[in-house]
Amino acid sequence: MERIPILGMGRFLLVTIQVDMHDRLAMTLQSDLTDRIVQTGARGVLLDISGLDIVDSFMGRMIANIAAMSRILDAETVVVGMQPAVAITLVELGLTLPGVQTALNVERGMMLLRRATAGSGEDEEIDEALNYQDGDASSPG
Amino acid sequence: MPVVRDELLRLESTHDIVAVRHEVREWATALGLNLVDQTKIVTAASELARNALEYGGGGTACLQALEEGARKGLRLTFEDRGPGIADIALAMTDGYTTSGGLGLGLSGAKRLVNEFEIRSTPGEGTRVTITRWK
Repeated sequence: MERIPILGMGRFLLVTIQVDMHDRLAMTLQSDLTDRIVQTGARGVLLDISGLDIVDSFMGRMIANIAAMSRILDAETVVVGMQPAVAITLVELGLTLPGVQTALNVERGMMLLRRATAGSGEDEEIDEALNYQDGDASSPG
Repeated sequence: MPVVRDELLRLESTHDIVAVRHEVREWATALGLNLVDQTKIVTAASELARNALEYGGGGTACLQALEEGARKGLRLTFEDRGPGIADIALAMTDGYTTSGGLGLGLSGAKRLVNEFEIRSTPGEGTRVTITRWK
């Protein structure tokens, strides 16, 4: 089955949409991405839509859904690379993507994600705390 | 209205929505529409093709290149034989949906083009015609 690739980059996932998306492909991406967030414990998703020459209300809803689902799974989403003509059309269509963070390009998107998930070392602290608890609980027995 | 070229496309699966987008993009480019206007009519076409498929159970998309004196335009007609729309004014309201979508398809498509016409007969189907002039 046709799929949009999801690349791991440290604590983040990078999704670059380069094909003209038909509806089923968009639905598959939603489920693939949420699976990957849970498997990898990713803290952020960078969604690069520079390859999309239109975003209609269906795709807009998919982008908003991805951001909402990721947030519930403790990962931030930043949408990057929207073409100017797409931005103009989206606003006239009436789609403003509330709750979706955007950045102009991948580089700025990465900066935004790093900042949003900063306080790093936090993950390691949580891991240590969990290991400590495990060790503590198992030692008496 | 002199039609200089036309083409009929079937709308039977979501892949056909992609095909309509490609074809409308090609025609809009050939007509000489600028990138923003191309993007607007392709987006409107995508919304209306999906409506015909989702609510009408499939249908057709007709592309027409128009020439009226020096004026050139692209007219698209989406037709389905679905249940039709009982209350067109309500269906044209931003945010109104019967499918759990965003409810921007019809109202949004109208904002993206120069001319918009909708005719629907309950029990017979719906026809939406949009035109973008250069």
